[in-house]
Amino acid sequence: MPSYPPRPKRTRLLVGIIVLAAAGCGAETSRPSVAVDAGPIALRRLTVAQYGRSVHDALGAHIAIPSRIDPDDRRDGLLSVGATFAGVTPSGFEKYEAAAMTIAEQALDPEHRRALVDCEPASLTAPDDACASEFVERIGRRLFRRPLTTDESRSRVEIAHEASEALDSFYGGLELALASLLVSPEFLFRVEEIEPDPADSARTRLTSLAMATRLSYLLWNTAPDERLLSAGEQGALVDDAELAAEVDRLLASSRLEDGLRAMFSDIYDFRQFDDGLVRKDAALFPAFTQTMIDDAKEQTLRTIVDHLIRDRDYRTLFTTTQSFLTRRLGVVYRVPVATASGWEPYVFADGSDRVGLLAHISLNALHSHPGRTSATLRGKFVREVLLCQDVPTPPANIDFSILEDTTGELRTARERLEAHVTNDSCAGCHTLTDPIGLALEKFDAIGMYREEENGVRIDTSGELDGVPYGDAAGLGQAVSNHPSLGPCLVKTVFRYAVGRELETGEQELFAFLGERFADSGYVVTELLRELILSDGFRTTSGPRAVEETP
Amino acid sequence: MKRFDRRTLLRGTLAGGVVTVGLPLLDCFLDDNGIALAQGAPLPVRFGAWMWGCGMNPERWNPATEGTEFELPIELGALERELADGSRLRDQVSVLSGFDVKLDGRPNFPHTTGLMGTVTGNLPLEDYTVPAPTLDTIIASEIGSLTRFRSLEMSCTGNPNQSYSFENRGVPNAPEISPVALYQRVFGPDFADPNAGPFEPDPRLMLRQSVLSAVKDDRGRLLQRVGAHDRQRLDQFFTSVRQLEQQIDVLLAGPPNLQSCRKAAAPGPDDLGTEVGQATNTNRLMAELLSLALACDQTRVFSMMFSDRISGLRQAGSSSQHHQLTHDEPLDPEIGFQPEATEFVFASMEAWADFLERLADVPEGDGTLLDNCLVFGHSDVSLAKVHGITGVPMMIAGRAGGALKPGVHVAGATAPTTRVGLTIQQVMGLPTERWGARSMEATQAISEILA
Repeated sequence: MPSYPPRPKRTRLLVGIIVLAAAGCGAETSRPSVAVDAGPIALRRLTVAQYGRSVHDALGAHIAIPSRIDPDDRRDGLLSVGATFAGVTPSGFEKYEAAAMTIAEQALDPEHRRALVDCEPASLTAPDDACASEFVERIGRRLFRRPLTTDESRSRVEIAHEASEALDSFYGGLELALASLLVSPEFLFRVEEIEPDPADSARTRLTSLAMATRLSYLLWNTAPDERLLSAGEQGALVDDAELAAEVDRLLASSRLEDGLRAMFSDIYDFRQFDDGLVRKDAALFPAFTQTMIDDAKEQTLRTIVDHLIRDRDYRTLFTTTQSFLTRRLGVVYRVPVATASGWEPYVFADGSDRVGLLAHISLNALHSHPGRTSATLRGKFVREVLLCQDVPTPPANIDFSILEDTTGELRTARERLEAHVTNDSCAGCHTLTDPIGLALEKFDAIGMYREEENGVRIDTSGELDGVPYGDAAGLGQAVSNHPSLGPCLVKTVFRYAVGRELETGEQELFAFLGERFADSGYVVTELLRELILSDGFRTTSGPRAVEETP
Repeated sequence: MKRFDRRTLLRGTLAGGVVTVGLPLLDCFLDDNGIALAQGAPLPVRFGAWMWGCGMNPERWNPATEGTEFELPIELGALERELADGSRLRDQVSVLSGFDVKLDGRPNFPHTTGLMGTVTGNLPLEDYTVPAPTLDTIIASEIGSLTRFRSLEMSCTGNPNQSYSFENRGVPNAPEISPVALYQRVFGPDFADPNAGPFEPDPRLMLRQSVLSAVKDDRGRLLQRVGAHDRQRLDQFFTSVRQLEQQIDVLLAGPPNLQSCRKAAAPGPDDLGTEVGQATNTNRLMAELLSLALACDQTRVFSMMFSDRISGLRQAGSSSQHHQLTHDEPLDPEIGFQPEATEFVFASMEAWADFLERLADVPEGDGTLLDNCLVFGHSDVSLAKVHGITGVPMMIAGRAGGALKPGVHVAGATAPTTRVGLTIQQVMGLPTERWGARSMEATQAISEILA
């Protein structure tokens, strides 16, 4: 994990104002109630990242997680929504089982077993049910995120016994018991239990224990730690005040950085970097290397996380010149980086085009083709991901003849794309996406700055929903000021948190959270706090019904 | 299925270290269908799908005449090649032109609708969605439980997230993208090599069975706590657990008794990517590994995605990709097609021929491995420029153990593409009588290609 400069002490000024305002109205609590008909719950398959982090936390950071686990399923733009629908195929389970064996072996290897097993077996070469039982119950609780039932524990102790006998090895047997916890659906899926709400029998809420898991994966992207799990077991997390205290603790932890990273990696589809899918043509882009593009992804995540944990205005992510660079990135940005290896904080100069996230290498390279930029893809990202606006898919039977540049006179992306806009069937969508992307045309397919394309000076001017701009910095400002930017993040973070689309019964909550987010000065940690304490996060209509197939 | 008492066996096997398992013991590992592998039994029939993206140029790909001995159109020139036994590849392949995907008023989502109509018999109501299980999983659910792997999914352009093999919308079968990883999975330490001396079962295999039985014990408790959506997903999960038990049973039973079976050689380092040369090479390496996996009866079902439906194939040094070219490249008025985009059609057909040639290189019984396969080659559209879903290009290669008569051109005359899927299911022994929804429902197999 990156280490960030020290974090300033959090100020709660805005929240204080809200409390006072509410008190002024004579309300008993500081929290106005919003009517919420929350949506359904379902099992959520651990994402690849959550699987790895949960294993590390429970069994040891030294464990090398096998890379061959089935990829996550992306749905409605989020892996965390896909997790609500993802199943496990035969080949997927085969990989989980192979991974479980490898992980168990590493967890209990001679060097690390002492750290993980609290008891001393009576013999190294024979079963010891008491010691196995201690191990299975303690580690099983961490992996299942709840205490094991008697049956669950007994069946694993039996495996340990049988295998210890067969292999003449206590730890060999324990390995198999551990593997059987790791291939259980109770570990591979997050199981959220529900119960009637005692305060309102018409409603169903998550149990205290289920809240521990839901909270922890949202804020830390891993299983609950001991304190949170205990609070869950003791029923504390269905109590407003105790829940709020735990939320504060989790938000104040440095592990929040991991949670924010996971959240924005998901929202921005940065998995494509991890999968090596952001590739560029070597001849056209000699500065492109896999390590450079890995750094570019990391730059953006560091910038986001550093900005958000300091409680800065989310909207200024699109206008900030503050970032972090490595020397490799400095080559592409054409700026000097003093640190020979590793990261340094960097502020792009005034007047530079490198303003806000949209000027980063990562997003420009991600939304380009291997051999050229794509103003359409870049614009689509801003519309769909940052502003939550729909861009329709192209019609199937399009007459592209208008785009056929038989004379070779269309030399810039603008000239080629403006051809779309003169054609009615294309204009509807391309006028939504292209002007945004054209503002970024001075960043080529690897995000390197250029003034010209095919000898013609690039024109970056345009307008976003009525706001004109002259260049990429102006686009950043227009995005930052766009009225949909804040509400879109509210919606996306909510979907990320609950693993499903917003339901109609949650519209009022959505509006409320949007107001609170704006009132806080667009502080994302405040949004997370409000969201978690809301009934949208804590209650549910019940288990999800079968998906209709038309 | 005959069950052995695992625990007794385990103790017996392990008590004196590893012992060689004799034949009577072996028998108890095989279920009733395991007999199929015994000496003298008929060779298994395998099904596979091979898909390339962005179609072809209809007037240059569709043969002009029906039946056998038609003149090979220029874009099918790759089928001209001669095989190791002196026969012609074209005589192993039937060409199916003129079969349509019918919309019934549903949208034609570019590249999605044509593909889904053809491989699921149903059309999506939303873009990028899969409306029903794909053909390969329909067949695998019938015949896949007999082998070590229920099916093998592969793709050639290095994307681990894209395959066209789906159990349902939420459950894609992730592809193998790396020949090295495919080799490890099939021919790695677990592989029982028939040429490696007396068979000694790995004692850990039986311990792995114990691990799985504990997981199955968790099932009932979990099912009580979830809704209908999750019950379906958990059923899927536990089906997968059973498949792994089956896999271990097969491994415990020892090496396959098949004459053509041998361990594949390890491939060299991977070179993955969307450059057409990389994809072509990956296709060849995967075909090599797959042919031996099939010859060793490690699986009977496979699918290969040569290129994505929105094909990202490209030439090194070019700023354009295949899909982009099909839309942006001008039609050359002299020749009537897009020359640069068409290079990728040729490359795809050469790769299809490479794939089949590799299967035809493995002798099996009186013929070749390809004779005991049914390989369904298809794309997502006909003319990609307009996202054409009439005359979706399809081919069927192999004899399916004698059930098929290859080397025929059938013009579909606007019949739904699902007639091909129906034919495939029937040839593979499924009791399917009708397949597809609405106007895509097919009730008649394509008799012209049946033996």
